[in-house]
Amino acid sequence: MNFKHLLAAGAAVAFSASVAQAGTLDDVKAKGYIDCGVTTGLAGFASPDDQGNWAGFDVDFCRAMAAAVLGDASKVKYTPTTGKTRFTALASGEVDVLARNTTWTFSRDTDLGFEFVGVNYYDGQGFMVKKDLGVKSALELDGASVCIQTGTTTELNLADYFRANNMSFTPIVIEDNAEARQNYESGACDVYTTDRSGLAATRVVLSDPDAHVVLPEIVSKEPLGPLVRHGDNQWGDIARWTLNALITAEELGVTQGNIGEMASSNNPEIRRLVGAEGDLGAMIGLDAEWAMRAVAAGGNYSEIYERNIGPNTPLQLARGVNALWTQGGILYSPPFR
Amino acid sequence: MSDIAYVKTELSPTLPPPPNAAGPMKWLKDNLFSTWYEAIGTVVASAILIYLFMSIVDWAFVTSVWEASSFEDCLERYTGHPVGACWGFVDARFNQFMFGPYPTDSYWRPIIVGILLVAGLLPIMFEQIPGRKIAAPLMLGIFPWLSVALLHGPIEMTTLDSGLGIGVTALLFVLGIALGLYGRKNFNPGQTMIGFGVAYCIGVMYFLAWGLGLETIATNKYGGFMLTLILSAVGIGVSLPLGIVLALGRRASNMPLIQMLCIGFIELVRAVPLITILFMAQFMLPLFLPEGVDFDNLVRALVGVSLFSSAYMAEVVRGGLQAIPKGQFEAADALGLNYSMSMRLIILPQALKIVIPNIVSTFIGLFKDTTLVSIIGLLDLLLTMKQAITSTKWLGMEHTGYIFVGLIYLVCCFGMSRYSIYLEKKLHTGHKR
Repeated sequence: MNFKHLLAAGAAVAFSASVAQAGTLDDVKAKGYIDCGVTTGLAGFASPDDQGNWAGFDVDFCRAMAAAVLGDASKVKYTPTTGKTRFTALASGEVDVLARNTTWTFSRDTDLGFEFVGVNYYDGQGFMVKKDLGVKSALELDGASVCIQTGTTTELNLADYFRANNMSFTPIVIEDNAEARQNYESGACDVYTTDRSGLAATRVVLSDPDAHVVLPEIVSKEPLGPLVRHGDNQWGDIARWTLNALITAEELGVTQGNIGEMASSNNPEIRRLVGAEGDLGAMIGLDAEWAMRAVAAGGNYSEIYERNIGPNTPLQLARGVNALWTQGGILYSPPFR
Repeated sequence: MSDIAYVKTELSPTLPPPPNAAGPMKWLKDNLFSTWYEAIGTVVASAILIYLFMSIVDWAFVTSVWEASSFEDCLERYTGHPVGACWGFVDARFNQFMFGPYPTDSYWRPIIVGILLVAGLLPIMFEQIPGRKIAAPLMLGIFPWLSVALLHGPIEMTTLDSGLGIGVTALLFVLGIALGLYGRKNFNPGQTMIGFGVAYCIGVMYFLAWGLGLETIATNKYGGFMLTLILSAVGIGVSLPLGIVLALGRRASNMPLIQMLCIGFIELVRAVPLITILFMAQFMLPLFLPEGVDFDNLVRALVGVSLFSSAYMAEVVRGGLQAIPKGQFEAADALGLNYSMSMRLIILPQALKIVIPNIVSTFIGLFKDTTLVSIIGLLDLLLTMKQAITSTKWLGMEHTGYIFVGLIYLVCCFGMSRYSIYLEKKLHTGHKR
């Protein structure tokens, strides 16, 4: 009898737990803010400014979501996560969404039980060398000493690439970007390899950036994107379509500045995006103007990009593959219909 | 008679020793230039020292930049001249180094806690400063809760949400006071302690729930040097008493169960690295706890750090206990003292005095170990600095950042070490070794 009770209680706890997880949107509305997992600090993507306010490419996605869901871009609680704690934080419900330059991979999407809602930045592993080495291609790097961060996928990618091309290398293992720069600049290694966005952040503070060149080869695919837990499709939809709204806004020429006038636009897709027509918002449990608020919070994809990591920022990252599909990139949002 | 005396009636004046037999010259000759190879060594060593000193002065004061708005003011290729330290970076980020993401308009709260901490500790640490008798109980009984209330504001207490909870706790409070007074009247220390203890706990609960009526600032807003200090202060405050209890428990051969528990705890914790304990507290604890019961991240780290250092402290204290001759225990017994009195009055004061250097070593180790919490995403001083150099405004400022953070750690640890020497000298009453 007692044992039965215990079982029943256990089942009730388990059941209520899954119920509690199913309504992230209601939870978020009830607590009044979105718990957003970000990095502890990555140049251009998420880092607090001098006043302590978080800023960056990933941060702006959190802000757009908060604007869409709660109507206020500042209603975000940022939880800094490390590479080791990020997935636990999301799985345990400590954060509602993880926007932490996380690479979309098969096992993370399936085995870990997460749902990547899209790609907000296509990164890839690259190589930086000194110009006076005269190297034009990564295929000429046979026998080079390579500075590489330990315990990352970049280490594995590097080994794969060199083995596939029958080349050898000497790894110089380092802990972080700062250490890599030190080693690379002092000549301890010929090559520094990491994600190209990281190379950009390193290159800009070298004593003479023009004496260094990032080789054209990209040896890995690192599609970085926000992710949510399995099991709450509505919340996943909200995250996915917030990201798509930012991309679509750029495609349609809707910016932070002109979005107020867009309700009177003649373009039906713009009218659907800003909620002047149709009831797209209601389909994901939000009001009609959710996407308008998301874009108004920090601008469309292009504005967010230019502000945080674009050519006019210290990182000086050109759009490259992250341009819209209409402009030679691979950024492509499904239609708002 | 002639005036000429054969014997000198007065001493000839004492001449000063030759310059190379006394004073600084002699010291130099004896210590630095006594042989030719020592002279060479001296010259080389001082050349190196002077060069190092000049480089440091040059880096920190001469070529350093005191005002900067971004890394462009601090990198040679933008400024056009060699640049040493970028103190402008530290200046711009100073508030964050100190308080992390704590809300700017509430900085006064941790500052008050800091002032109270110093004001309370000084009379306890130095007997020249009066007020120890008042400061000690205040620091133990009131300061911890006051600082929690100041830093955090009100804490939600589910017990106090319902009328029933309030009624029961209020009743317990009154009963506790009554029992305490009754015990006091009848000279029954047990009753007094239990009664007042219960009343005190409930009082603390109410106080924390009230939280001085301040705005709540969640622990994820704690960071920087403030977080480092919180972690070490709690770690030190918990580990010393807990360590003593564990050490006594481990030696309590007449209570095998307690002894086994203590040995098990100490050996288990000491066999595991702190990182593992922090990971355990972060990831495993939520699995064991029922859904909905969730400890704060900071509390988990605090528990992990405190337990870890307690195990080490226990072994340090046990070392001290073992150094006390058996005669001291027997003498205490012969005086008719019970266990707690003999420990309190005879054994522990001697044992702790012996192990002061080790205790302080453990404290210093703990202080530095707090940097490990950055792995579980808590923004301690070091991680705050690392975070600052990922801001696109301050890329590449790691030299200045690391040196600045290193200086803070140096000052704190060196201070602790000097205080331990002071304490040793002050307590150097008995057997000189």
